[in-house]
Amino acid sequence: MEKYVCDVCGYEYNPAVGDPDNGIAPGTAFADLPEDWVCPLCGVGKDEFSRA
Amino acid sequence: MNRGIFPPELHNCMPKKFNFVNPIIYTCIYMIKQITEKVSWVGKVDWELVRFHGDEYSTHKGSSYNSYLIRDEKVALIDTVWLPYDREFVSNLKQNVNLHDIDYIIMQHNEIDHSGALMELLDEIPDTPIYCTKKGEQIIRGHYHKDWNFVNVKTGDQLCLGQSTLTFIEAPMLHWPDTMFTYMDEGHILFSNDGFGQHFASESLYNSDVNQEELMYEAEKYYANILCPFSQMVSRKIQQILSMNLPIDLICPSHGIIWKDNPSQIVEKYVAWSDAYQENQITIVYDTMWQSTRLMAQAIADGIREADSEIKVKLMNITHDDKNDVLTECFHSSAVLVGSPTINNGYSFAIAGILEMMQGLKFKKKKAASFGSYGWSGEAVKKINAHLENCGFELLNDGMTCLWVPEADTLDKCREFGRNIVESIHSPIN
Repeated sequence: MEKYVCDVCGYEYNPAVGDPDNGIAPGTAFADLPEDWVCPLCGVGKDEFSRA
Repeated sequence: MNRGIFPPELHNCMPKKFNFVNPIIYTCIYMIKQITEKVSWVGKVDWELVRFHGDEYSTHKGSSYNSYLIRDEKVALIDTVWLPYDREFVSNLKQNVNLHDIDYIIMQHNEIDHSGALMELLDEIPDTPIYCTKKGEQIIRGHYHKDWNFVNVKTGDQLCLGQSTLTFIEAPMLHWPDTMFTYMDEGHILFSNDGFGQHFASESLYNSDVNQEELMYEAEKYYANILCPFSQMVSRKIQQILSMNLPIDLICPSHGIIWKDNPSQIVEKYVAWSDAYQENQITIVYDTMWQSTRLMAQAIADGIREADSEIKVKLMNITHDDKNDVLTECFHSSAVLVGSPTINNGYSFAIAGILEMMQGLKFKKKKAASFGSYGWSGEAVKKINAHLENCGFELLNDGMTCLWVPEADTLDKCREFGRNIVESIHSPIN
């Protein structure tokens, strides 16, 4: 599964880690993140992310 | 309040003159300014501010920290002021409203220039709910380390004040993660926090009351130096707000004047500024030790003018001109030329600083080139080129160098360099 990087703040979403603080289990692919998921660092939406 | 619990890092950012509170400040009561029947301005005009964000931003025209009080059946306060003015702010507020009558505090963005009076205010009314985004709560907690009564809001959430209703619109990274706007239906008011703001002190409230050229320059400087990196989000947010079909008669930012006369003018400017904005201008930014690089800059400017008399050329010595003015000129240029002599195998510290700022601002679709004199090794131009590429500029050529002091034939080559720059910028960008 591919990592994605926030274009705004540089946060990297790693599917192997997920985003447990915000209810995203390890192993969740970026594409499977809910549409209202936002960057945990800066708060922008999924559309501001690019493939790492 | 107990100043001892105040985080020392916040104390350290206060100007020394505020370290000991002068009792005169307590009694310096000024009139609140009425905007509509229900909304009044209760902020602070700071005529003395000359530097902001540490030394990152020059404020030639001062600034203001706008706070708004809404008195309906319920009373809401939107944002506060910068920390050094916390007591003055609360003291003034008390003259105009019983603090215990404030039902809601709405914090749209929690940088210290807006949240700075929270400690002073909540010392008196500690249970008053603070409406802010989830990120806003995190940032307030991170600054003040207090367990206040937070209410997190999202886009579309509403707060009824009686006859009027507030609607919140999250605006992350415009320009911090916590930013949100607030729309008030009665009066059609958009409280836009830093969006559409300007560091511009005025005793008048409205855009129609001030020098238009000065105002628009400060609005553009604010955009270029603060919001430019987030242009894509500016563009999307404006489209989102426009799609909500909200009538807007007043735009009330957190700095500077209120847009009352044709408020759409600043929205239209933001639409243009957020779309890789440029005018027919080339800005030449240079540093010089013994004038050789300056002579090159001037000859290059001559060449540009020879090739195109319509193009505006701006020469700026980075050690003499204000860095934020330089960046504003670069923001509305189609090309930026950067010159530095070689010193210690690199470029000057001032050029390094401005390049770092340019990189952070993420200018789009601009072209660039470099030049500079040298005595023996001559690395500056190559290093500037690398930095310009990191800034996202399209390099037009390998740059122009000059060994020692330029003589007539070298200056001719600089003019030719300038003419070629014009030819290059008229070609489409890749």
